[in-house]
Amino acid sequence: MSETTPPAVAFDHVTTVLGGLVVLDDVSFAIQPGEAVCVLGKSGTGKSVTLKTIMGLMTPDAGRVFVEGEEVTDAPRHVLGEIRQRLGFLFQNSALFDSISVGENVAFPLRRHTDCSDAEIDEIVREKLAEVGLETDYDKMPADLSGGMRKRVGLARAMALDPSILLVDEPSAGLDPITAEEIDELLRELRDERGTTLVVVTHNIPSARKIGKRLMVLDQGKIVAEGTAESLDGSELPLVRAFMKSKGSG
Amino acid sequence: MTSVGSLTLFAGRALRDLFRPPYEFAEITRHLFELGARSAPLLAVSGLAVGVVLSMHTRATLERFGAETMIPAGLAMALVRETGPLTAGLLLAGRIGAGIGAELGAMRVTEQIDALEASGVDSFRYLVVTRVAACIIALPLLTTILNFAGILGGYFAESLVSGMSLQLYMQRAFAMIDFPTFVPSTLKTMVFGFIIATASSWLGFNATQGTEGVGRASTQSVVLSSILLIVANVLLVQAIFVMFPSVR
Repeated sequence: MSETTPPAVAFDHVTTVLGGLVVLDDVSFAIQPGEAVCVLGKSGTGKSVTLKTIMGLMTPDAGRVFVEGEEVTDAPRHVLGEIRQRLGFLFQNSALFDSISVGENVAFPLRRHTDCSDAEIDEIVREKLAEVGLETDYDKMPADLSGGMRKRVGLARAMALDPSILLVDEPSAGLDPITAEEIDELLRELRDERGTTLVVVTHNIPSARKIGKRLMVLDQGKIVAEGTAESLDGSELPLVRAFMKSKGSG
Repeated sequence: MTSVGSLTLFAGRALRDLFRPPYEFAEITRHLFELGARSAPLLAVSGLAVGVVLSMHTRATLERFGAETMIPAGLAMALVRETGPLTAGLLLAGRIGAGIGAELGAMRVTEQIDALEASGVDSFRYLVVTRVAACIIALPLLTTILNFAGILGGYFAESLVSGMSLQLYMQRAFAMIDFPTFVPSTLKTMVFGFIIATASSWLGFNATQGTEGVGRASTQSVVLSSILLIVANVLLVQAIFVMFPSVR
């Protein structure tokens, strides 16, 4: 009997209802290890809910969610905690812990989940900050950083434990085009050089074209189209075509 | 009714997790400093003022009966039994309650609580249980500070009027303060600490609608903590009377 690698992320008929509104409606998909998928859609179509459901921050009303073959839905807290260590999450507004320094933010997951000494953690943190170009900002407080810098610190923190899957919520939201391009470049490096599985939620099409090998379009809680950017360019659905033609800046 | 149920469940979980390791000792220590030690000056100054005012009122009453020698004991009894714990509780509901409500509310609306969970950390244990533990430990200590400052304030007021010595004042003040008088009334503030931390954390944890929601969580934390604390005090005083009949 041959063993097959389970998908990095899989949704099995997932339905989520929030405040009486069906946000995800019987959604199923699978993302293979190393794949980079961008989830597109108008605001309020369930993109961020999709990411939070993968992370187990939200529980669907129906259906099951799997991460690397392990079920997230209704997983006991300690199992969920272990699964989350294999996932990194870059939040839309970075969600840095504002009472601790940049360095301590990146060190936080390492202190919680590894047996590394302070010196080893310090070395890893400096390495992660150098990767996002912020090696000199170790001691700064999050409030002293620009939006782009906060996003990069958020990325360094999300990658602190070298997760196999990175979930990214609106990487270019609120950023100028140059900084947004820098973040896209960092995500591309993770995809190409480390083989990290990427699930990126965005409504910035140029960004999605650069990062995603596969794009999924959500509308009214359902996946209405998926495929490469080129295949979606020729979609018969007006909504998808309109989306693909847009130059949204996030 | 939904809110009452939600708060009850939240408090029940806090109580259960208080007795379940592992404990976040570093965070508890940090909160003891932030919520406890930093509140000490407020309690000390308030205690002094309360002591001066109580002394003036006690003198005005006892003078009529020629019982001025009872002023230190009367003031100390009033402070230790009721005025001290309730004043400390209400002051801390303002200072600590507002702080916890605002801090956790801000963490909720900026997704920092989600970020904690995403880091594989139980946000409830890390944010709520640590604050509840710190408040339970801090309240009796801060109440004792307020009580002592109050007695000292009473001495300052009394010495100005009658020139009574500190030694004599303290001797008379503590003459009637025995175990059943001091310990139950001081330890009941552990319940106040639980109420303040739990109610404020619940409001902060459930904050919505951005900065407006944070402000609301902060204000409501003070109001809810104060109301629950006053109601709980009635029940606690009754319970103390039942358990320690000599206090009546």
